[in-house]
Amino acid sequence: MTKIRLPLALLSLFALTACSAPPGTWGWYVIDPSTPAGWTNITFLLRGFSATIQISVLAAVASIIIGLLVALPAFARSRWLRLPNRIYVEFIRAIPLLPMLFWVFYGLPVVLRSIGLDVNIDPFWGAVITLAVSDSAFTAEIFRSGIQAVPRGQAEAAQTIGLTRAQAMRYVILPQAVRRILPPLANQFIYIVKMSAFASVIGMAELTRRANELVVTEYRPLEIYTLLILEYLVLVLIISAGVRWLERKMNADESR
Amino acid sequence: MANINQGKHAVTMAQVSKWYDDFQVLRDITLTVDHGEKLVICGPSGSGKSTVVRLLAGLETHQEGTIKLYGQPVDAQGRGDVGMVFQQFNLFPHLSVLDNLILGPMRALGMPRQEARDRAMAYLERVRIPEQAGKRPGQLSGGQQQRVAIARSLCMDPKLMLFDEPTSALDPEMIAEVLDVMEDLARDGMTMICVTHEMGFARRVADRIAFMDAGEMVEVDPPEIAFSAPKSARFAQFLDKILKH
Repeated sequence: MTKIRLPLALLSLFALTACSAPPGTWGWYVIDPSTPAGWTNITFLLRGFSATIQISVLAAVASIIIGLLVALPAFARSRWLRLPNRIYVEFIRAIPLLPMLFWVFYGLPVVLRSIGLDVNIDPFWGAVITLAVSDSAFTAEIFRSGIQAVPRGQAEAAQTIGLTRAQAMRYVILPQAVRRILPPLANQFIYIVKMSAFASVIGMAELTRRANELVVTEYRPLEIYTLLILEYLVLVLIISAGVRWLERKMNADESR
Repeated sequence: MANINQGKHAVTMAQVSKWYDDFQVLRDITLTVDHGEKLVICGPSGSGKSTVVRLLAGLETHQEGTIKLYGQPVDAQGRGDVGMVFQQFNLFPHLSVLDNLILGPMRALGMPRQEARDRAMAYLERVRIPEQAGKRPGQLSGGQQQRVAIARSLCMDPKLMLFDEPTSALDPEMIAEVLDVMEDLARDGMTMICVTHEMGFARRVADRIAFMDAGEMVEVDPPEIAFSAPKSARFAQFLDKILKH
């Protein structure tokens, strides 16, 4: 219920502002689907969903894979194997997203060219790489804490029935850690969706970029940015609903 | 038994000492356990008795002295050769009882699934709960869970079984069902080292009883001596306390 109350409150805030504002404050005609011009504008804005979703999903999947690869050495016995994990997490976590985006988009191709790789990074992949790497430091910490939360006796029991450490991780620890990892991981996915808006500054025509472009030609920032916020709201609510469904399913599995 | 010639004793510990930082948990432990012997270790909490079995299970390391199992170091044992039963059962809660049992044979021994299942069902019969094979550990009583844990160890066909206070987390009415299973196992000739305060079990099953206090192995006696004429005052006091109830 609380999950529904917040968007409702936001919507009523918008409605209240809209009704109580003096005439001329709002100009919804700019995205009124019943007029040809409004219809053109609104479809232009909504087409941004495709890029935002693609960037977010690819970045999230990559972040999970990188995060797991970064988290696993944290459980090595050797201090030297654990060190790269700490360095990666502390270093990546310290870089703000926007500077990293600039570095990847403008700087990384130069680095790659200098080592003989003639790769051009387009805005789409620039955004995916940046979001994935930036987020992977947090994903790695989520994996680490989720794995550490599994009682030590589980790993000990696995050892006494002859499993190697890798087998214990795969068959005993990770399946139990997933339940603890999933909710914070979903939060990170929501974070990625929202941070994908930064891709607009390197020229990716996702939701935010399209809104910006329309504002420049239509001079209706209030209406267009209001719609933009609602677009992100819809995405995030869908993700939250998906996660709750998944959690319920896993709880049902556990008590079966 | 094929492995009976691999080392004169099943377990040999010589002058084993262990510290946690500055705190010494084991002092010069020297102990041998013969093939097929049943040893019960008792002593007040914090005496180091759990640490001894955890060392033998390879779950901890020591700083001084030598430990040999069947003439070999602990880390040179075959996979699952040393079975361990924990106070808290430590069953895998996300797997069914049957899957708990076949995991080791399949992944550590490379046994085909059908063979592992047959073996698992045989051991579930032996601990008298074959009908629970499809359930999750969380749906079983404590006594049933501990019997599953014993069966899980047995599925690896261990040479030596270690028990670390296997009945201490159980309600009184479930202790007997677990001890019964352990007595069956003892009758079949399994080499067993058991940390427990169940003195009735010790009297019926143990070949020798070891008493530990403050990290030392104070004395090791056959039960008839332990219960009638303990050599040390500390052991006598300890027995007096726990047998009163």
